[in-house]
Amino acid sequence: MSTLLIHNGHLIDPAAGVDSTKDILLKDGRVAEIAAPGKIKTGNGAGSNAEILDATGLTVAPGLIDIHVHLREPGQAHKETIATGTAAAAAGGFTAVAAMPNTNPVNDSPEITRWMLSPDRGASVRVYPIGAATRGSKGEQINDFAALKAAGAVAVTDDGHPILKDSIMRETLAAAARVGLSVIQHAEDTRMSQGASMNAGPIAFKLGLRGMPPEAESGLVERDIRLVTELKDSRVHLHVAHTSTAAAIAAVRQARRNGLRVTCEVAPHHFLLTEEHVGQYNTNAKMNPPLRSAADRDAMIEAILDGIVDAIATDHAPHATHEKEVEFEHAPNGITGLETALGLCLHWLHKEWKLPLGRVLSLLSAQPAALLSLKGRGTLAVGSFADVVVFDPKAEWTYHAKETRSKAHNTPFDGWTMQGKVRWTISEGRIAYAAPQ
Amino acid sequence: MNASTATATTRRQLQRPQTPASSFPYNPGSLLSVVDLDLATISHLLARATTLENQDPLTRDRILFKRRIALLFYESSTRTRTSFELAAKSLGADTTLVSSLSSSIEKGETLKDTGLTLRALGAEAIIIRHNSSGAPWLLEQETRLPILNAGDGMHEHPTQALLDLRTILAHLRPGVETVSADTLSGVTVTIVGDILHSRVARSNMLLLPRLGARVILCGPPPLLPDSAANAGPGITVERDFEAALHQSQVVMMLRIQAERLAGLQLDLTQYRDAYQLTGQRLSTHAPTALVMHPGPIIRGLEITAGVADGPQSAILEQVRHGVAIRMAVVERALTATGMQARA
Repeated sequence: MSTLLIHNGHLIDPAAGVDSTKDILLKDGRVAEIAAPGKIKTGNGAGSNAEILDATGLTVAPGLIDIHVHLREPGQAHKETIATGTAAAAAGGFTAVAAMPNTNPVNDSPEITRWMLSPDRGASVRVYPIGAATRGSKGEQINDFAALKAAGAVAVTDDGHPILKDSIMRETLAAAARVGLSVIQHAEDTRMSQGASMNAGPIAFKLGLRGMPPEAESGLVERDIRLVTELKDSRVHLHVAHTSTAAAIAAVRQARRNGLRVTCEVAPHHFLLTEEHVGQYNTNAKMNPPLRSAADRDAMIEAILDGIVDAIATDHAPHATHEKEVEFEHAPNGITGLETALGLCLHWLHKEWKLPLGRVLSLLSAQPAALLSLKGRGTLAVGSFADVVVFDPKAEWTYHAKETRSKAHNTPFDGWTMQGKVRWTISEGRIAYAAPQ
Repeated sequence: MNASTATATTRRQLQRPQTPASSFPYNPGSLLSVVDLDLATISHLLARATTLENQDPLTRDRILFKRRIALLFYESSTRTRTSFELAAKSLGADTTLVSSLSSSIEKGETLKDTGLTLRALGAEAIIIRHNSSGAPWLLEQETRLPILNAGDGMHEHPTQALLDLRTILAHLRPGVETVSADTLSGVTVTIVGDILHSRVARSNMLLLPRLGARVILCGPPPLLPDSAANAGPGITVERDFEAALHQSQVVMMLRIQAERLAGLQLDLTQYRDAYQLTGQRLSTHAPTALVMHPGPIIRGLEITAGVADGPQSAILEQVRHGVAIRMAVVERALTATGMQARA
């Protein structure tokens, strides 16, 4: 295995408390040594035969981790494959992605989990499958969580088919806790969102579209928190996916005050865009949960700045172009996100809203790693996986969807200004992405 | 406590990403929404409707002689379809009708492909009715042809609002064709019934207040959400039909759209009791108001037969105004040039 020396970059590793110029030696897929610039000997010392990456003027950080992506395999390779999705991840600075189970068939078995992890899939970065909570994600029969975990699953969820029955959700939380897995819930009371294609409110009314009320999200979050409370088991971990409403954030905030292990993620589109971006039926502004009101969007910003949010996750949801070129209410939900997350977070969270760089990077690496207990990820402490992103923090650039490495182009951020350009993404010691020079 | 308040204030001053400006319509001949029409264009259409209506049919049919216009209908229609067809033919255009039940749409062809096919067949403009809100925007984006929205889902029906305006003007402002922001000052128009599912209601509530009218929306909560009042300026919600009637010079009745109720259960007896326009209600609360209905009417449900056929009813007059307005709109579709897309 090759040896890499990242020379003279500004290392920011929030988990290890490092924020200074360093040399980093990566060997055998792990971080071998960190030292002041020039102190690692490349002649015949530990760094002999190392390929040197000159990171002068660049930021070096733990590879980014996205705990909510849709890689579409098995079954929907026309939208994305594990190979193309992880190539986009690498281009965006991500070195690990957690793949949702709403594939075809649903990832509800160790066989499918192992299939996704096979080297034959050609993944550029580490893939962590998330198993389905129930058989076929139908919300009726709980899967064998121990077997899913043994096969490599890091959490369970029925994602787009939220578990509505109290009894099943209670059993899911308890069973997952027994084997040390988190339960991720896409919080949407689907009984309240029949036929809906955007946020409920005056804009949906004006556009003649059926609306999803914010209560469909917050109501289910509140129900889930009640179930966690009733279980009285400190091992229970509920993670609220793609939180989009002020009321859901308030419920999470309260649960945390009550000492419960309840975490949440927010997607860039939910802290940047509002229902106004639907404009004239732009299907690239259609996702679930939908873009919400300005007040909800502002609540997401505040929750991130206040430290209530545990992770930024993209909900990368690729679709073929022809699938989005249809009537708004018939278009599938979702947008891509892996290549735009870092640039948007640095531009808005850091540059505009002054969140310290270390905290932005922590939301994109250390915290999501801790949340799903991804051992050896999210930090560059010696001995950790050699998962690194090297980026130019000063570079301003424009994102062009047509240049994406994903199979899909469905993004509302085409043409947006990004801050911070990825130079190299290194996955377990191997260069997974190098910016075209 | 103080610190957190201060932070919240600071944060509210944070810069947010801009909402992109609408780039529709692309084609100056398109009519997608009443929102896209400025008062000058509305005045132009009203004047052209009158001129075209009075013109000798033998010279009128030279205006769009042999031009090709496609009617693409995904929903059934009597009035709108026939009226557009007669309007286009009166101007000399060749029309062809594609309806979802007798075309490749049944075989799964998408709206994009159907639109591109019609364009390849030589269609110079497409008049579309579709059961999905926003479908005309998609069709315009894909074909860049002049698109006339003949009703999209629960969204808009702009030519209906224009013909309703012409009907209202004929009664309340006879002779007026050049409209301004106060042409309808002092006029209250009540729209009654299934507002939620009505594209006619939306187009009227977005058009009439721009000419100074007050619009009252009236109906039960399941068919009229409170948020409707925020759809635009000059719109209020009043649940009490008789209180609304009392203030109105115009009352527009709407059909309950059974095909769009999506599982909503309605007690029709209760509905009739509260919202049916009866002779008794009309004579007590609005004895001189103009009674309108976009059709189709369901006699005995939202309106009694006596009122529909009575002296205050303008229902058939609306249909007549429809042909004139659509002549003006179809003419504009194929002759408008140089107009800028709305900022």
